[in-house]
Amino acid sequence: MLASALALSTFAIAQAEPNPERQQELRQLLLHDCGSCHGLTLKGGLGPPLLPTTLHDKPAEYLAATIRYGRPGTPMPPWGPFVSDAEAMWLAKLLKEGVQ
Amino acid sequence: MTRIRPILTALLLGLTAVGHAETRATGDLGLVIERADGGLKMIETSGNTVLSSIEGLGDLSHASAVFSRDERFAYIFGRDGGLTKVDMLQGKIAKRIVQSGNSIGGAISQDGRLVAVSNYEPGGVRIFDADTLESVADLPADYGDGKLSKVVGLVDAPGNRFVYSLWDAGEIRIADMSDLANPKVRKFENIGKQPYDALITPDGRYYIAGLFGEDGLALLDLWQPDQGVRRILPDYGRNDEKMPVYKMPHLEGWAMAGDRAFVPAVGRNQVLIVNSNDWSEAGRLEVSGQPVFVMARPDGRQVWINFAFPNNDRIEVFDTLTLERITTLHPGKGVLHMEFEPRGEEVWVSVRDDDQLQIYDTATLKQVKTMPARKPSGIFLTHRAHKIGL
Ligand code: HEC
Repeated sequence: MLASALALSTFAIAQAEPNPERQQELRQLLLHDCGSCHGLTLKGGLGPPLLPTTLHDKPAEYLAATIRYGRPGTPMPPWGPFVSDAEAMWLAKLLKEGVQ
Repeated sequence: MTRIRPILTALLLGLTAVGHAETRATGDLGLVIERADGGLKMIETSGNTVLSSIEGLGDLSHASAVFSRDERFAYIFGRDGGLTKVDMLQGKIAKRIVQSGNSIGGAISQDGRLVAVSNYEPGGVRIFDADTLESVADLPADYGDGKLSKVVGLVDAPGNRFVYSLWDAGEIRIADMSDLANPKVRKFENIGKQPYDALITPDGRYYIAGLFGEDGLALLDLWQPDQGVRRILPDYGRNDEKMPVYKMPHLEGWAMAGDRAFVPAVGRNQVLIVNSNDWSEAGRLEVSGQPVFVMARPDGRQVWINFAFPNNDRIEVFDTLTLERITTLHPGKGVLHMEFEPRGEEVWVSVRDDDQLQIYDTATLKQVKTMPARKPSGIFLTHRAHKIGL
C-alpha cells in the first residue's frame, strides 16, 4: 500500500515537466555548466559527446541517473543537489532528442 | 634602410587605404571570447573601451588565445578544432582553418614561427606555421597498444620546445621543435593519474601538471629533465573527503608571488600555497568555493580567485603578504575569467550570465566600468605575447 503510493508519487514527479522558466534555467545549465566538460555544442570535450546519435541506445532513466548521481571515479559530478529527478529526466530526454 | 623604406611606405599606404586614418600600436589591445556566439570583442585598455566585434569563429567554449611576437596577430583555439588568426589592427579574421574535431588549447613557439594545438579528439598535438597556418608536424598522443590520449596543459618552453600532458595515459611529453624536419619527443611515463592542466613557471624552468585522479602535482625541471618527474604536495587532501568537481580548475594563470606560488586545490574549497624554493606546502587559503583561476596581480601582491559552479558569482581577493582576505566581490553570475592589465592597476572580469565585462581598480577594489558583451569568457591582452607559457 505504502510502496504503491510511493511508486505512484515518484511516477507523478517523474512525469511533471519543469515550468517554462525553469526549463530556460536548465537549458542555460546544460549549455554553460555541462558545456564546460561536454562542449558548448555538446560534441564532447573532457566528457563524451551528448548528442542524439551517441545517446539513442541509452535509456533516458539511465542517463537521468548519471546526471543525478554522477559517475564515481570519473570527472562526471552528481548534479542531484541542483536538479530533481523530474528535471534530470527532462534533461535526459532533451539530450536524446537534441537540444536545438 | 633603402630597402626598408619602400616597404614601410607601402604598409602605411595600405593601412590608410583600409580606413585607418591614424597609425595605431597594439600594445594596449586585447580580445574577449564571446563563447555562445562564436565571436570576439576587440578591447583597448588605455581608455577601457570596446573597439569592435569579430564574428564567425565557431564553437568557442573553452577557447583561448596566444599572440604573435609583434602583437599584430592573435591565434584563437576553439573547441571545434578551429584555429583562427585574427588581425588586431584591422579587427578581422586573417585566416581560419579547422584542424581537428575537438581541441582544447594552444601555444606559440619561442621563435614565434610555430603554433601548436592540443586536441581531445583525435588526441595529439598538431603544429602549424604561424604565418600561413599550414600544417608542419603531427605529434600523435598514442600510448599502450595504439590507444590515443586526450592532450592537456600544452605550453611553450625555451629551446623552441612544447611541453604537454596526456590525460588518459598519465604522461608528460616534451617536443623539441628546433629541427622542424625531425621533431624529437621525449616521454615521461607514470607521472600520476589524469593530469588535467599544467603550467610553466614564468622563467620557463618548471613544468607542473595538476592531477585529477589522485592528490598532488607532477613537477618536471626542464633544466634537468634527466632527473625525471617528481610528485609535489603528494597528500594535500589525504584525510578529507573530496567533493565533486563541477568545473576543472585552470593552472595557466598560476600565481607566483615572491617565493610563494598559489594553486587551486581540486575538489576542495582551498587554495594551496607552495614554497617555490623546495616545492613544499607552505599553507592554505580557506575560500568559499572550489577555485578555478587563481591569478596574481602582476606585482604579486594580491591574488584574485574565482570559483566553480555553484559559487561562480564571486571573486575573493587575498593579500599575499599577510594571507588575509582583503575583500569578496560579487560581480554577478558566471564569473569566468580575470585578466590584469600589464602593470596590474586594473583587472578585467567576464560575467557570463549577466553578459558583462567589468573593470576593477585593484587598489580601491571598486568597479570602474561595465560594458556589454555576449556570454563573455576568456579575456586575453596582447602583452601575453612576451611571456613564456602564455
Ligand atoms: C567536470 C566535467 C563534467 C561536467 C561539468 C559534466 N559532465 Fe557529464 N560526464 C563527464 C564525464 C567525464 C563523463 C563520462 C563518464 C564515464 O567515463 O563514464 C560524463 C558522462 C555524462 C553522461 C553519460 C553519457 C553516456 O554516454 O553514457 C551524461 C548523460 C552526462 N555526463 C550529462 C551531463 C550533464 C547533463 C551535465 C550538466 C548538468 C554534465 N554532464 C556535466 C564530465 C562532466
